[in-house]
Amino acid sequence: MFNSFFYDLKNGGVPVSIKEYLTLLEAMKAGCAGFSVEDFYYLARSAFVKDEKNLDKFDRIFGKTFEGIEFIGDETVEIPEEWLEKLAELYLSKEEMEEIKSLGSWDEIMETLKKRLEEQQERHQGGNKWIGTAGKSPFGAYGYNPEGVRIGQDKGRHGRAIKVWDKREYKNLDDSVELGTRNIKVALRKLRQFAREGEASELDLDDTIRSTAHKGYLDIKMVPERHNAVKVLLFFDVGGSMDPHVKVCEELFSAAKSEFKHMEFFYFHNCLYEKVWKENSRRFNDFQSTLDVLHTYPHDYKVIFVGDASMSPYEITYPGGSVEHWNEESGEVWMNRVTQVYQRAIWLNPIPETHWTYSQSIQIMKTLMEDRMFPLTVSGIDRAMRELRR
Amino acid sequence: MKFAGTENYVATDDLKVAVNAAATLRRPLLIKGEPGTGKTVLANEVADAFGCRLIEWHIKSTTKAQQGLYEYDAVSRLRDSQLGDEKVKDISNYIKKGKLWEAFTSDETPVLLIDEIDKADIEFPNDLLLELDRMEFHVYETGETVKAKNRPIVIITSNNEKELPDAFLRRCFFHFIKFPDPETMKDIIAVHYPDIQQSLVKEALNVFFELREVPGLKKKPSTSELLDWLKLLMAEDLPLDVLKSKDPKTIIPPLHGALLKNEQDVHLFERLAFMNRRQGA
Repeated sequence: MFNSFFYDLKNGGVPVSIKEYLTLLEAMKAGCAGFSVEDFYYLARSAFVKDEKNLDKFDRIFGKTFEGIEFIGDETVEIPEEWLEKLAELYLSKEEMEEIKSLGSWDEIMETLKKRLEEQQERHQGGNKWIGTAGKSPFGAYGYNPEGVRIGQDKGRHGRAIKVWDKREYKNLDDSVELGTRNIKVALRKLRQFAREGEASELDLDDTIRSTAHKGYLDIKMVPERHNAVKVLLFFDVGGSMDPHVKVCEELFSAAKSEFKHMEFFYFHNCLYEKVWKENSRRFNDFQSTLDVLHTYPHDYKVIFVGDASMSPYEITYPGGSVEHWNEESGEVWMNRVTQVYQRAIWLNPIPETHWTYSQSIQIMKTLMEDRMFPLTVSGIDRAMRELRR
Repeated sequence: MKFAGTENYVATDDLKVAVNAAATLRRPLLIKGEPGTGKTVLANEVADAFGCRLIEWHIKSTTKAQQGLYEYDAVSRLRDSQLGDEKVKDISNYIKKGKLWEAFTSDETPVLLIDEIDKADIEFPNDLLLELDRMEFHVYETGETVKAKNRPIVIITSNNEKELPDAFLRRCFFHFIKFPDPETMKDIIAVHYPDIQQSLVKEALNVFFELREVPGLKKKPSTSELLDWLKLLMAEDLPLDVLKSKDPKTIIPPLHGALLKNEQDVHLFERLAFMNRRQGA
């Protein structure tokens, strides 16, 4: 009955199985959905979606299957206003800005801007300086595809009534991907350090025998269970040149998340500076100062950086070298601070090791990490974990 | 049997459909959502609405799946055997029934709440797969099989601290309680404080939703905190214009202790207030 919907979901990346499909049919038969489309939507959602990160995908596919509405692209990214303003300055002359401002709203400026950006797309190949410093756009390769700017879309969507599933209220939650992570988990497992802490819940046979023999009556001794007590801080480079490596980073992240009980993660862009953040979409207003991080987590945490370390060398060595903000102190200073606080720190690089020598910034970063840079492969993680354990 | 919210609980349409589907098919319903959006309360209300008994099983980090079925207290049996107690001869004296056993053998359909399943060990949900699917389990010590007389309505809550295994998820209905929008919030308040002044609600909601928008808050205030705060406001009988004032000096809402639960958040707020004041000057 809903076969095509089921396959659409499966192909669209929502993990659904026959079991769930049968459950839905059973529920339909039992009359749970009544006869309204909305009830059916709620029922199907509750049967098929088991994690809020998939709600958005589900909404989109539901909309597509049952309404035949146009596909809403995956690339939508919200660009912070300050960039847009900067862009506007770059692509619109002062007079034009004034003209537009006097004519109408911010929306219109954005509309014009979008057109300009489309033109710019072509110029990119020609090697436009601004978008291509050292081969990377500050917008980050395809992740911030100008076509994805939500400018045009928002406008288009205002025109019609928005259905429940069309509101896409769960967009924010779609942040991680479940992938085959077994290999990485096995490699990470090397880092395990077991310690007994918490409630005594296991029988300690040796101690019980010793104590019973000693006292002459049965004396049960318990010990706490063994837990993996390793503590890890993860710093992820996001955006820009890291985009091609997103998949492998997601795998690493999802493996690490289930492997370590004490794990904190932060994002940075290209090089570590005074700010890190936890939620990429809110990076411009919801960040933490790196100093706070250094002060919060004790020095027995192990630090893992994940990044390609591919940037202009200035981004590491000079104050103000960052591509997206003015940094008072150079990335070098910040990297040194981190390595001083945390003795056990390594860098995982998704770029193949054989290519490292061709990039100056990788060499600098490797020196800053005192050679503890490893490729982001299973064997590389393996070596890295051994380094962290030493 | 249809669940349509109760006089104490405002259920959105999607929640009703999910609860009814789970109750009709007797499949577990997995509830997730921000803390304080009424996940645990839901089980109470479902039990109330259906007129069933509620059996609560609160999960801790040390909880084992087996404890929900039964526990065999070998240690006290060993001790009793040393003392020559008669009880020793019957092993069933040392089998302690767990919550699932209780739910399965209940004469009327109960509602079983498995609260905060994510607190337990990562293997916990896997260990309950068959039991929740078939609603039966085997007691090895006595050789009996406990089978549900009436399949209980199972409600499971999770705070997302751990990911749950796929095989487990396949067997559940799922509902994510999203944070209520201002309209629903008004209904919720009306349900809890029917005689509250509308003007107070309006101003308080403004402050509340503004506060939730403040970037960088460690713990955003949620529904339960709003309700506590309103209660305090009503008890203190503050003049309305305290809430209305946009004066930077009083940007910190009165009685903020009910809303902000963490000294960093309070500091952050004070800093913002300070910056606002500077801008104003």
